[in-house]
Amino acid sequence: MARTVYLDHNATSPLRDEAKAAVIQAMDLGGNPSSVHGPGRKARRVVEDAREQIRQVVNAPKSAQVIFTSCGTEANTLALNAVDPVRILASATEHASVLGARDDIESIPVDRNGKIDLGPLQTLLSKGDRHALVSVMMANNETGVLQNIEDIVRLVHRFGAMVHVDAVQALGKVDVDFLALGVDMMSLSAHKVGGPLGVGALIATKDVKLAPINRGGGQEGGLRGGTENLSGIAGFGVAAQLAKAELDDMKAVKALRDHLESKILEIAPDTTIFARDVERLPNTSFIAMEGVSSETQVMAMDLAGVCVSAGSACASGKSKSSAVLAAMGVSETIAKTAVRVSLAHINTNEDIESFLSVWKDLYQQQSQKSNAA
Amino acid sequence: MTATHWTQNNPLYLDYQATTPTDKRVVEAMAPYWTEKFGNPHSRNHHFGWEAEDAVEIAREHVSQLIGASPKEVIFTSGATEANNLALKGVAKFYGDKKNHIITCVTEHKCVLETCRALQQDGFDVTYLHVKENGLIDLDDLKAAITDKTLIVSIMAVNNEIGVIQPLKEIGQICRDNKVFFHTDAAQAVGKITLDVEDMNIDLMSISGHKMYGPMGIGALFVRRRPRVRLVPLIHGGGQERGMRSGTLPTPLVVGFGKACEIALKEMGAEAARLRGFQERLFEGLKERIPEIYLNGDLESRIPGNLNISFSYVEGEGLMMGIKDLGVSSGSACTSASLEPSYVLRALGVEEELAHTSLRLGLGRFTTEDDIDYAIERISKEVNRLRELSPLWDMAQAGVDIKSIKWAEH
Repeated sequence: MARTVYLDHNATSPLRDEAKAAVIQAMDLGGNPSSVHGPGRKARRVVEDAREQIRQVVNAPKSAQVIFTSCGTEANTLALNAVDPVRILASATEHASVLGARDDIESIPVDRNGKIDLGPLQTLLSKGDRHALVSVMMANNETGVLQNIEDIVRLVHRFGAMVHVDAVQALGKVDVDFLALGVDMMSLSAHKVGGPLGVGALIATKDVKLAPINRGGGQEGGLRGGTENLSGIAGFGVAAQLAKAELDDMKAVKALRDHLESKILEIAPDTTIFARDVERLPNTSFIAMEGVSSETQVMAMDLAGVCVSAGSACASGKSKSSAVLAAMGVSETIAKTAVRVSLAHINTNEDIESFLSVWKDLYQQQSQKSNAA
Repeated sequence: MTATHWTQNNPLYLDYQATTPTDKRVVEAMAPYWTEKFGNPHSRNHHFGWEAEDAVEIAREHVSQLIGASPKEVIFTSGATEANNLALKGVAKFYGDKKNHIITCVTEHKCVLETCRALQQDGFDVTYLHVKENGLIDLDDLKAAITDKTLIVSIMAVNNEIGVIQPLKEIGQICRDNKVFFHTDAAQAVGKITLDVEDMNIDLMSISGHKMYGPMGIGALFVRRRPRVRLVPLIHGGGQERGMRSGTLPTPLVVGFGKACEIALKEMGAEAARLRGFQERLFEGLKERIPEIYLNGDLESRIPGNLNISFSYVEGEGLMMGIKDLGVSSGSACTSASLEPSYVLRALGVEEELAHTSLRLGLGRFTTEDDIDYAIERISKEVNRLRELSPLWDMAQAGVDIKSIKWAEH
């Protein structure tokens, strides 16, 4: 078989070597962080060191709450469970874990690029009482589109409401600065930055009143019961730090992505590349090939050893087309032909060429078919 | 290596109920899934995803085999605490408009008790059964507590502090006869004693990875399919785990957990027999060297890897300080930072003074006979030393009834 080319880093990334070392080291400790004896105290130190690392990576204030969770999904759930009762506003392009967290979520409209319009958001905010929480993704997992978080925060705070930002896809790809963004809460996930699966975090300012989903044991300040995922937390701290330190690598990743897109447009000038005209993550490209279903494309790609995705991993396997694209007003016909490419620093020019060669073949077959018809 | 190398910085680990060291075989099984097989198990578009998904399903099979369930009945969670929360809140939310009574027990793990308290605030009635002096519930109390409003009975399989095994089969039968769901927190039991969800009529069972030589951050909830138990999820999202628990499954942790279950299924019998011998050696050794010690909880209906002993006339903190080369606990890890006496021991009717001087000794897979002898030596030496310094011990030896002393108030 041909060499494998992995271009699905928004789904997950391999564990970084340094994070792996930290994971294994923590597994060897063999203590429960809540125990008071020697092994317990060593384990506690690992957890607290990682908490400090995460705080520094996103520049959260010293006073902020940093709560380790089992994943980004749980962090989002914890955020939306805060201070009851509260109005929750979120756009339809949000992750399923946000949209599914409650059944009374009010939808914020987005434009054709998937960006939140401040006008409609202002209208929504001025309607209800002041105890609202606006949950917004910093970067979309499918299109990579970046929201103007600072503008949103300014508006929302004017109404005395709070902002939760889901920064799961943004961390490690763009600068994520809790203080500069001015958000009230932020969700993170380790495995999207080369950390281990099974750990995430919610960061909240000291003023946010959180309510636990999992009770008992008193861990994480009583906000998240259960023995800490020691090795996961250790790996998360290391991976997040590296991801931040290596943020400059994203320039090269962006060059690869831009090269890929320009080549696609050379092959097929009228190709739709979603949200291409607005600020996006440097590593993500969501591309429609009219007339060829996403499934057909990803299967052909897989046969050639190229791993891409038809959308978010969470929703893949269910033959629904992208809810993100639907919210952007993209027709289902087009949405069903979309394929997501997401790169990382480990990808090379050669990887891009492999993708392009399969893409070109598929495109030409399709053109011949439609010409023959 | 001689046993004398244990130090404060490198203590002899005897706290297997707090957590267990991860078995090397488990770490080996996990390793490929960190790097070369790193796929997201929910990626359905390429072989990295399929490979990860296959590994997850094999692990699910191993977990289910260990408890006599079908793989489809195993829902992975982040640990037993989440499983307990999901079982109780999930069932309560789904069936709450029909039945609103929950029965549990005063010696349950904090996460069950706190979840029940939260449900009380939501309008549920909760009966907290008392336990007998040996730590076991009275089955007649259970029968008497069940009403036509009773939705679920939650009784832990093995207590985390005193290691006693509740009569699961009998509880299961009572629940089934009364058409009440039976949930058991089996975090301390799975992989230690034989459990069979069919034979025991268990409807929901919480399992922890790190209490059975697997990794931290992973556990499972068994949810019976026939007759079906339904629940409202705590975490919504991508709809993983049959919609009962969303979030990307952590493949390496799941694989490690599965491996731990596979090992336990094979080795549990021999391991239990070995630990039973150690348990006896430890208890007898301590009894021989230290007069007036008390075992908390039943000795017979108890996992072999646990002893919980109170030493009278010794101050608990002082004892712990004196044996820093032993990694032991005075109670559960979750409450060990507080100086409160154990609520579990109090529930057994242990006097406060004795509850303050208890040690939980947890033995496990990597405990050796030398370790046992070392622990006997160290504990007995320290207890006897502290007693020599104790005026109360002197008086007791002289025949004074300590309880008759009227202490001056100050």
